[in-house]
Amino acid sequence: MGAELGIYKSCISARSTDKELLKHAQDGGIVSSLFAYALDEGIIDGAIVAANKEFAAKYPAKCIQDSSNFEMIEPWRPIPAIVNTKAELLAAAGTKYNISPNIALLKEATRSFGLDKIGIVGTPCQMQAVRKAQLYPIGMRDVGASIALAVGIFCMENFPYQSILQLVEDHAAMKLESVKKMEIGKGKFWVYGKRGQVVQLPLKVTHKYEQPGCHVCLDYVANLGDISTGSVGSPDGWSTVFVRSKIGDSVWAKAMAAGCFETQPIEKVKPGLELVTKLANEKISKNKKTLEERATFGVGKALRNPYI
Amino acid sequence: MADKITLGYTHLSGCTGCTVALADNYAGLLTLLDKYVDLKYMPTLADARHIQKVDVSFVEGSVCINDKLAVQEIKETREKSTIVVALGGCACYGNITRFSRGGQQNQPGHEAYLPIGDLIKVDVYIPGCAPTPQMIRNVAVMAYLLLKGTKEQKDLATAFLKPLMAAANEGTSACFCDLMTKVINQSLCMGCGSCAAACPVNAITMEYGKPQGERDLCIKCGACYNQCPRSWFSFDVVSNYEAINEAIMAALQ
Repeated sequence: MGAELGIYKSCISARSTDKELLKHAQDGGIVSSLFAYALDEGIIDGAIVAANKEFAAKYPAKCIQDSSNFEMIEPWRPIPAIVNTKAELLAAAGTKYNISPNIALLKEATRSFGLDKIGIVGTPCQMQAVRKAQLYPIGMRDVGASIALAVGIFCMENFPYQSILQLVEDHAAMKLESVKKMEIGKGKFWVYGKRGQVVQLPLKVTHKYEQPGCHVCLDYVANLGDISTGSVGSPDGWSTVFVRSKIGDSVWAKAMAAGCFETQPIEKVKPGLELVTKLANEKISKNKKTLEERATFGVGKALRNPYI
Repeated sequence: MADKITLGYTHLSGCTGCTVALADNYAGLLTLLDKYVDLKYMPTLADARHIQKVDVSFVEGSVCINDKLAVQEIKETREKSTIVVALGGCACYGNITRFSRGGQQNQPGHEAYLPIGDLIKVDVYIPGCAPTPQMIRNVAVMAYLLLKGTKEQKDLATAFLKPLMAAANEGTSACFCDLMTKVINQSLCMGCGSCAAACPVNAITMEYGKPQGERDLCIKCGACYNQCPRSWFSFDVVSNYEAINEAIMAALQ
């Protein structure tokens, strides 16, 4: 076990046993299943997730407001939201591939939403934000102890909304509202249309649209989640799962005992941990290089390094 | 108890919100006082109010430089304390007192307020308006470990306090603008939303994954920038979050 995969207690390939849920899920339905189970059992009393406009239309009181009025919200723009039921959870499922500022709801979840046991899903950097908020709660009063389950998702980089717009509408020549699913896998960016059409873009095309802030990130597999998951390493329709913390271990064991997941040993599946490790190292070494370049960016002047 | 650390609390131009935040540790505060901290002086919560020689001083509020007593008290606090902690936005950055122009009764001449770091050397910042009870608790436990702990505990406390000490060296002004100048302009923002959650006056919304500040609402407390995972982040400390959280909770049992 190398540092690139973080500390973990166990790693498996898994898929939800809930067929209905899998229809809404990105890959193995891990996040949705875990939260559905945790909501049922009272392990969490609500979860912060990335929803969308359709969700906001149905459950307006559960979303965070920015200054856009409702008509201005575009398809595939993620909207951080609180879900309290499985129906709400499924309405928000699936990867959005652009930035959802879920942490923005973390304090409010304990205030007007009244949550004592919060579930939160996010990217590796958002898991870093969660743990910083617990150890250094500078503006996060009474929040840290309320975080009952933090699920991290693997992340190579993220995109601003406008990048997704450009990739889908200009490069893939599809209307965003006609897109059923987006996916990054097998070295390509895939766009699936509602009518069944599929467009693939080489990642070479997507690189320049990445969010620049992602290029200093040194975490691929959400090292700081209680549980972290992503499609990489597992067969299609399955997800790789790292169980990391004591909380994660306990919730995962209970969910397994309740039959929420079918699993395969990660050693037995293709492409397996080898690919996860390879991609993690690729991301980390690329971004370490960015940090080095930042240190000598100007003439005797460095760009700021956030890590101390 | 012989191995307690001694603590003082100097209250300058602050609203007592920091005091209340400290007290809002409830039973945790009593445990801190029972086991780790000998509170030598503090307005509001203790009988003794005059500044004494202590290991650690918390200072709430900024210094009114038109008030001789306040200036004398901050200097005396520095002279008599091993570690000075600026507690809360006003002591660290001036916060809401930055907007003072004087003219209020019954001291209309009290118009100029400075964060304590403009007058003395400050060792540790605890920003926020108000600072949170949990942050005060964490720093108090770590200060104890730093001064009285084993070698291992001292190392942990040093690593934990390091960014807060760096913040104390970095400057005495804060604003939403820090997110623009030190995070977004530096190409470091990844849109997590921490700043929007941390802002005590809801001056920050997330627009297309980036913070947008209502700068007229900003009170200059420094919470947004210091909560940001891209302002400062220590892998050594944060990767051990589980053990550190447990150690702090165990210390307060």
